[in-house]
Amino acid sequence: MTGRDLDPTLLRLLGSDEPELDCDECFTQLDRYVELELAGAPADAFVPGLRAHLVGCPACAEEHESLRALLELDSVA
Amino acid sequence: MPAADTNPDVSALAAAPGVEEWHLDLHAQGARRDEAVAHLHGILLRAARFEVFRRRGSLPQLSAAELDELVQDAADDAAVSVLRRLGDFRGESSFRTWAYKFALLEAAVKVRRRAWRDREVTLEPEHWESLAHAGPGPDDDAESGALLEAVRDGIRTALTPRQRLVLVALVLEGVPIDVLAERLGSNRNALYKMLHDARRRLRAHVAAAGFQEANE
Repeated sequence: MTGRDLDPTLLRLLGSDEPELDCDECFTQLDRYVELELAGAPADAFVPGLRAHLVGCPACAEEHESLRALLELDSVA
Repeated sequence: MPAADTNPDVSALAAAPGVEEWHLDLHAQGARRDEAVAHLHGILLRAARFEVFRRRGSLPQLSAAELDELVQDAADDAAVSVLRRLGDFRGESSFRTWAYKFALLEAAVKVRRRAWRDREVTLEPEHWESLAHAGPGPDDDAESGALLEAVRDGIRTALTPRQRLVLVALVLEGVPIDVLAERLGSNRNALYKMLHDARRRLRAHVAAAGFQEANE
């Protein structure tokens, strides 16, 4: 059995041992990260640990999605 | 073009490529600053409205007027945060993007807390026992069952009472972290660090029981 095969609840309980930012650090870097993503740049290379935090923190993940969606909307308007 | 600013940090930002200029007037005085603050508030209102209406499904009981009140409160609180933290802006993104995240955060937190305002958060860590009833089904193998038992044992024995409470509330009961922070008199960052530590202890416990895949 690999980590990928784990039940989603077990995955959320166990988390990952990947290095990750905390919520405050994630917030600090979020604007830069999202702009890098939307520019097609390797955001994870520029802001290591942020993606791992989004996997572990639903609240920060929602805010990341929202910022990305808002900027995409702005680019269309 | 705004007059040269003697604050060296602001001057550096003005020289940075792609930096919008209007926000520099937030460091100014008088009418120039007032206009910039009004412009800022407009941006924050846009983001707050976007977020509240994106999440309105979690607040079916609120009227349009009540939702708009949430929007206004979020934008107002975000403006206070932005103005307090102007010195944190380093031009690594556009000022608009940087400011947006404050409003999105305020709006998201307000929506989550309002949605849970009348809901009881059962801070009884024994609710992790519900894992006992989520055991392997007929198609799951013995290894799954053993891993689940190792996780249950870890929750029971490897965590502090506070870690167990936070882990169970956030992961098993789905309590939003901002709601739990408010109920416990804590903050999001402190709770996430506690969750992170709890997960690390749980992984170590499960790995010691022979399940190395928990660390993948």
